[in-house]
Amino acid sequence: MSRATTVPKHRTGIPGFDLISEGGLPRARATLVAGTAGSAKTVFATHFLAAGILQDGEAGVFVTFEDRVEDIRANMLGFGWDIARWEKEGNWIFVDAAPDAEEPTSVVGPFDLSALLSRIERAIRKVDAKRISLDSLNALFVQFPDQPILRAELFRITTKLKQLGVTVLFTGERIEEYGEVTRHGIEEFVADNVIILRNLLDNERRRRTIEILKLRGAPHQRGEFPFTITSRDGIIVIPLSGIELTQTSSSKRITSGVERLDEMCGGGIFRDSILLISGATGTGKTLLVTQFMAGGFDAGERCLLFAFEESKDQLFRNAAAWGFDFEAMEKSGRLRVVNRYPHAMAMEDHLVEMQQVIQDYKPTRVAVDSLSALERVASLRSFREFVISLTSFLKREETAGLFTSTTPSLLGGGSVTEKHISTLTDSIILLRYVESYGEMLRSIVLLKMRGSQHDSSIRQYTIDETGMHIGEPFRDVVGILAGAPSWNDDGDEAER
Amino acid sequence: MASELRLKLFIAGDSPRAREAAENLARAVRSLVNGAAHVETVDVLESPDVADEYRILTTPTVVREAPAPRRRVTGDLRDTAQVLAALHLFPATPTPTPTP
Repeated sequence: MSRATTVPKHRTGIPGFDLISEGGLPRARATLVAGTAGSAKTVFATHFLAAGILQDGEAGVFVTFEDRVEDIRANMLGFGWDIARWEKEGNWIFVDAAPDAEEPTSVVGPFDLSALLSRIERAIRKVDAKRISLDSLNALFVQFPDQPILRAELFRITTKLKQLGVTVLFTGERIEEYGEVTRHGIEEFVADNVIILRNLLDNERRRRTIEILKLRGAPHQRGEFPFTITSRDGIIVIPLSGIELTQTSSSKRITSGVERLDEMCGGGIFRDSILLISGATGTGKTLLVTQFMAGGFDAGERCLLFAFEESKDQLFRNAAAWGFDFEAMEKSGRLRVVNRYPHAMAMEDHLVEMQQVIQDYKPTRVAVDSLSALERVASLRSFREFVISLTSFLKREETAGLFTSTTPSLLGGGSVTEKHISTLTDSIILLRYVESYGEMLRSIVLLKMRGSQHDSSIRQYTIDETGMHIGEPFRDVVGILAGAPSWNDDGDEAER
Repeated sequence: MASELRLKLFIAGDSPRAREAAENLARAVRSLVNGAAHVETVDVLESPDVADEYRILTTPTVVREAPAPRRRVTGDLRDTAQVLAALHLFPATPTPTPTP
């Protein structure tokens, strides 16, 4: 029976993982990290030790049953983890348990793993280790096919390691992404806790996820969370915090870059709010983005634009046509335009890269033009997770965000993008065409503005060489948002 | 000379299995052509450094150090023929070798 007290956790330092595990791995317990080939088990096992050294000054022991020690040193250098140096400093120690092809071992009769245990204990004592990774147990089963002996011995080793107070991470191989936990049923006899790494094909795209299957006696978040691997940070888990609960908290207002729009908002937008601009092609979304950037720039802010649709040259030409000198702004250092191809990488990688750019550049406002371009290259789930993560990240950084979304139909309509993210944003601005007696007019409406009174009228606007000009509300027309405007002639009505 | 057979027997403490393995190994050595070998016993509990240097995982383990080829066998070594085959050694009786 489980007791009410929860197990103390050992902060891993792996970005995002401590959030979904609500504090890390259970301290002085054994956790199995299971995954198919190529699911980043070894990277995870290495990162666990690396983060201990880098963040908490805790030494670690790495037991390798498969990869050669020199290969691990070389491979992990790619993440900036200088294992050779840590070995010299006494923070890292290998226990080399990989098979030696030059010197094969035959089995004649029963044996035990006392020598391995004795070596591991020696290593722990030598560096005063607090963490240990054993990678991967399946390789041990290949070396010594006597399963009952290995099971009993691994149980004995695990028990001993826990007594020594070190937090233990085993890796084990899975055959399929959804099926039994590991090939040899390792979890049953070594692990109090099980974490699964997956490397899935989702709409022809690779998608990595992590799931905490069980964390005995300890709370944790359930379900699969996306993660990515970067050369700068290693494993990065993307925790999906409930942005729906995060309301605008700042009462400070900043300009949207369009004076009349600020008035419609009741005096500007909130400093840490997220705006969504929806409109068909040509309605002026990129113009609003441009003015949003320029408005921030003029107010002395740092502005960052992620452009996924147009090249930098094109954006700068557009801005110049409306009278904004982006080139000069960028030279001053307070505007930065980052141009990316949506197809260049997976959503998780886009997210992580954008977060890194934001953390490095420290903008006060960020625009993404457009979300729809990203949506086209992602599965619905990845896309929604991306928006949730980016939104909550911007809020944590107290940064204003403006996202654009392209509606598929020219008149009225909504997009898939909006359907899935409208609840995540604080404000929604619709830009819509209005057909009027042989002429196309444009309309703007502020659909929602969290935490503020706002103008709810549908106004006409025009675009010229100085930008967007918002005018008077449409008075005699209904059905604009439905995409079927019909005009009233007050005079005719009165005569009846 | 250089051809002297040198073996290392790794055990974990003075257990019944360790003693059994030592006896079984001695019997296997006696069955060799010249019937002798230099056997050094290492207790991994007392000398984990040596176990680490030799990258030993299991006990009991016999390492054939010299002459080449280097070979290892682990277990209680109860089957003499298998032990010798694993270590690439040849017993005197079943297949008498013409050369000394």
